[in-house]
Amino acid sequence: MTHPPTLEVTDLQTHFFTKAGVVKAVDGISFTVGKGEVLGLVGESGSGKSVTGFSILGLVDPPGEVVGGSIRFQGRELAGLDDEAMRRLRGSKIAMIFQDPMMTLNPVLRIDTQMIEAMQAHANVSRAAAYDRAREALTRVGIASPDERLRAYPHQFSGGMRQRVAIAIALLNAPDLIIADEPTTALDVTIQAQILHEAQKLCEETGSSMIWITHDLTVVAGLADRICVMYAGRDVEQGTVDQVLDAPLHPYTHGLIGSVPSRNRRGSRLEQIPGMTPSLLNLPPGCPFRARCPRAAEECLREPPLTRHGEGRSARCFHPHEEPAAEAVT
Amino acid sequence: MSGAGVAATAPIIQVDHVTKRFVKHLDLAARIAQRFGADVREEVVHAVDRVSLAVAPGEVVGLVGESGCGKSTLGRMVAGILAPSEGHILYRGRRTAEMTREEARRAALAVQMIFQDPFASLNPRLRVRDIVGEAPLVHGVVKREEVDEYVDGILVQCGLDPSYKRRYPHQFSGGQRQRLGIARALAVKPEFIVCDESVAALDVSIQAQILNLFMDLRESLDLTYLFISHDLGVVEHLSDRVVIMYLGRVVESVETEALFREPNHPYTQALLREVPRLESRHSRFLPIEGEIPSPLDPPSGCHFHPRCPHAMARCRSEQPALQEIQSGWWSACHLNDG
Repeated sequence: MTHPPTLEVTDLQTHFFTKAGVVKAVDGISFTVGKGEVLGLVGESGSGKSVTGFSILGLVDPPGEVVGGSIRFQGRELAGLDDEAMRRLRGSKIAMIFQDPMMTLNPVLRIDTQMIEAMQAHANVSRAAAYDRAREALTRVGIASPDERLRAYPHQFSGGMRQRVAIAIALLNAPDLIIADEPTTALDVTIQAQILHEAQKLCEETGSSMIWITHDLTVVAGLADRICVMYAGRDVEQGTVDQVLDAPLHPYTHGLIGSVPSRNRRGSRLEQIPGMTPSLLNLPPGCPFRARCPRAAEECLREPPLTRHGEGRSARCFHPHEEPAAEAVT
Repeated sequence: MSGAGVAATAPIIQVDHVTKRFVKHLDLAARIAQRFGADVREEVVHAVDRVSLAVAPGEVVGLVGESGCGKSTLGRMVAGILAPSEGHILYRGRRTAEMTREEARRAALAVQMIFQDPFASLNPRLRVRDIVGEAPLVHGVVKREEVDEYVDGILVQCGLDPSYKRRYPHQFSGGQRQRLGIARALAVKPEFIVCDESVAALDVSIQAQILNLFMDLRESLDLTYLFISHDLGVVEHLSDRVVIMYLGRVVESVETEALFREPNHPYTQALLREVPRLESRHSRFLPIEGEIPSPLDPPSGCHFHPRCPHAMARCRSEQPALQEIQSGWWSACHLNDG
C-alpha cells in the first residue's frame, strides 16, 4: 500500500497578468492523488478549478503563467518542463476530458483519423493496429457498431456520444492520470449516468487515477474517493468524501451542501450563501470568503493558514465547524 | 394553500389536447428532386403530441424531461409565444384563440415567462429601468410619473439594489441577471409564471438564492408556476405536482411526494434512479441504455419501449393511453393494465 502518489501538487500558483491587473486564478493549492484514486475538485465558476487542471497539463496560455509551486507526476517535476517533454506526456500519461467535447474533436476530420493520429503521435504503431485499438476503445465506452462510427464525423454524433468519443480518445494510450473538466455538465441525467458509469468502470479496470472537476457536489458524492473544495483559487477544505460531505469544516462547504435542494426538506427555504463569488482581480487580503461568511470575525482579515485535521484532512479557516469525535478515523 | 383543494378550484391554465408540429418545408432543389421521383419528404417533428394539463391557482407544477422532449415548446405555448398546431390553451376557462383583443391582452399579461439564459433574453442596449419599466408603462399598469418608484419597488422585491437602475445587463453577474429577468416578468403583475430552466445555468449557491426568491414571491404575490426543468432535485424541492414528458408525450403526472416515493412509469423510475444525490457515496451508476430517440422518427407504440426493461410485444405496436391509475395519479404504461 505504499505507492508513491500519482500526482502531488504543492502550493500551485497560476496568475493571469491582464491589463487591468493580476488575476490570481489559482493561489496556493495543494493536493495529492493516489494511484487509482478519484479526486473530486469542487468549486463554483471562477474558483480556479479548471485553471488548476490546465496548469497540471501545462496548457496555461499567456497572459497566464504558473508562477509558483510544484507539480510532481509520478515523482517527476512538471512545472518548468520544456514543451517537447510536456507534449510527450500529454495524451499518453496524462489525458484530459473537456466540458465541451468539440474542444477535443476536430470537426473536419473523421473519428478514425483523429484516434489513429492520437496513437501514432505517442507510439510507433501501424495504422492497422491503431485502427483495431481505436475500435476496441469505442466499444469499451459503450458505442454500438464502432466500425461505422469510426468513419463518421463529429457532427454526426449526439452530445452524449461525442463525450464518449472524447473519453475513448483520452483512454487510448492508457493514461495514468485523467483530468475530467465537467464532462457531464451539459448532458441529460440519463446520459450523465452513462458517462459516470463508464468513467467509474474504466478507472477500476485500468487502475488510472482521476481528477473530476465539477461544480456539482452530488456528482462527486457518488464517484469520488476524496474531495478538494476550492474557493477563490484556494483549497479551502480537503478530506474523504464522507468527511467533507458529512462533517464539513469550512463554512463555505457547509453553505454549498445546504444549497443542494434534494438534501433539504421539500418546500422549505434553502440555506443560502449570501452575496456572490468575489472578483479575483485585486482580491483584498485576508480570508476571501469572509464577506459571505456567517462566522467571520476580526482575525479573518488575515489569511487563514492551512490547518491539518488528521491524515489527509485539512481546511483554511479560523472558525471551522466542529468535527464529530467519531471522525478521527481515516 | 396548494396541493389540497386543487380539484375544488377552477384551473388558471388548461392545456387541452395540444399538439405542436414543426415542419421543415422543402426548398426548390428538393422539390425538383421530388418531381423526378427522389425519395424526399417534408420533415415533421411532433414536438408536443396531444398533451393535456391543468394548473390550479397557487399550484407549482414541475415539468420534467430530457432535452428534446418538448417541455420548452409546451412552456412557450402556455406563455403564448407559440401557437399550438392543434388543441387549445385555456386561460381561466376561456380558449385564448377565441378571445377578444382586450381579453387576449389581459391573458397575455397575466402569463409571463422567465428564460434559461438571462443574457439572451435581456436587451443589451436597454438600461435596467427600461427593461423592467417599459412593459408596465405601455400596458398602463403604472403612470409615467410613477414608473421610477414602481421599478424601485420591483427591484427590491427581487433582491436587487434600486441604484442599479441606470446600468446595462452586461454589468451584472449571472445570478443578478436572472433576478432582472424575474423583475421584468413581475413588472406587469402576472398571476402565472412559466420558468424555463431558470436556474440551470447558475452556480449552486446562486441557484439556492434564486429558488428561495421564487418561493418568497410565490407566497407574497400568490403566484402560480409552471416550472420546467431537467433537474429532478430542484423540481422535487419546489413543486406540488410533477409532470414527466418523454418525446412529446406526458408519461406520468402525480403529486411530488407520491412520485418520488413510488414512481409508476418505467421511465420515471429510471430517471429517479439516476438523480445524483449527496447521500449516495461510491455508488454504482447503473444507467438506462441508449439515448432519447430523434423526434423526427420516434419509435412506434410506446415511445419509451426501445429503452424500457419491461417492454412487451404490445408496447411496440400500441400507444399506451394516459390513464388515471389512482385518484390524481396519471400514467401511460401498458403494465398498469395487467
